[in-house]
Amino acid sequence: MMALVIDLLSWALILVGGAFGIIGGIGLLRLPDFFSRIHAASVTDSMCAPCIIAGLMLQSGFTLVTVKLLFLVIFLFLTSPTASHALAKAALHGGLEPGEHYDAGKAPGRKR
Amino acid sequence: MDTFVDIVLLAFLAICAISILTLRDLFAMAMMFGLFSLITAGLFTTMDAPDVAFTEAAVGAGISTILILTTLAQTARREAPRPRHNALLPMVVVWITGAVLIYGTADLPAFGDPDAPAHNHVAPHYLQESPAEIGIPNAVAAVLASYRGFDTWGEVLVVFAAVVGVIALIGLRRRPPGVTAGPVAMEQHDVLRVIAKLVVPVILLFGLYVQFHGEYSPGGGFQAGVIFAAAIILYALVFDLDAARKVIPPGWLNRLPAIGALIFGGVGLVTMLLGGDFLDYDYLREDPRAAQQLGILLVEIGVGVTVASSMLVFYFTFAERGRGRRTGNGETGA
Repeated sequence: MMALVIDLLSWALILVGGAFGIIGGIGLLRLPDFFSRIHAASVTDSMCAPCIIAGLMLQSGFTLVTVKLLFLVIFLFLTSPTASHALAKAALHGGLEPGEHYDAGKAPGRKR
Repeated sequence: MDTFVDIVLLAFLAICAISILTLRDLFAMAMMFGLFSLITAGLFTTMDAPDVAFTEAAVGAGISTILILTTLAQTARREAPRPRHNALLPMVVVWITGAVLIYGTADLPAFGDPDAPAHNHVAPHYLQESPAEIGIPNAVAAVLASYRGFDTWGEVLVVFAAVVGVIALIGLRRRPPGVTAGPVAMEQHDVLRVIAKLVVPVILLFGLYVQFHGEYSPGGGFQAGVIFAAAIILYALVFDLDAARKVIPPGWLNRLPAIGALIFGGVGLVTMLLGGDFLDYDYLREDPRAAQQLGILLVEIGVGVTVASSMLVFYFTFAERGRGRRTGNGETGA
């Protein structure tokens, strides 16, 4: 019984994580400007991956694998938002305004 | 299920390759190359080759992308438009070559065929005898560092030769002429600084784990060296090149690739002096298994030192060159 509950919970987490991954992907493609796209991409970092890893942790039980997965989640929680932050800051620094459309032809950052 | 995963990964590989061909933005191309390597690493993982996947992820997706981006920071962002020419002849050549290659695969043994020549020559010996002869759980490390130690020495020398080439070509030039501005200075980036301070020690520790646990789990000198270098490159990116140069003085850094190769070759010479062949670790100690493990440990340290310092030499040389005009004192380590 307990095993079944854990299994169900784990699969629910994995499916939720997968759904967030798809939502992030759609957002990345559909959202209008660079900064809202970063927001969409960070959904995959901060929701999709931890949910899937939590599901996997439930699958592996109290083993060394779970500890390793825990380290992975901590690492992701530290680095992914930082990466999004650095990306957004670099874009601002390079002269891209929020709401502006990215145009590869006149790439920003060249006007320094 | 495995087939499905393989098909999806291979399809992504093809998409990556085609988009690299059609893109003109070099930065986007560099990212696609990284993605290509990452997918390849995934493919290696599905083939149960974690050591190779590890190397591919660390070298291909990690450090090469950084090196390409550092180089791009000094050149143009976009590919120059190609002159129009008749594509008929190249097309015919490519089609014929492709057709011959596909025809050739018909003679290859099927994927995973146990009767394939590769699985009947020395591989069974390595797999079956390595626990008795060397006694370490990771057969890949045994093959790489002991059975095929000479080949691995060749690989280390290739990396060393690359360092010599980079230093000879651009490393010693004092004032590089005509370079564009390098990457943005990271003066007020508090979030990056805090996170980097948290993450860098962990990466260094993980590098040491990969280095010294490589006999028991996937890993070894190549992966560990790259991870180690990545930690210091991250430090240099966030805190400034000069701060990173204080960690490893350039005079030492430029010698370390040679020192690593010397450690590797020195083990070989010692075994020769003790009466064996080059890199025949059996003569290092009384007990052959302990001797093999000692030899593998020493050789892997040599690999790690060479790879880590080489990656740092590459990065420092390129980044320093890019900085040259921006700060006005483009000094390169002698």
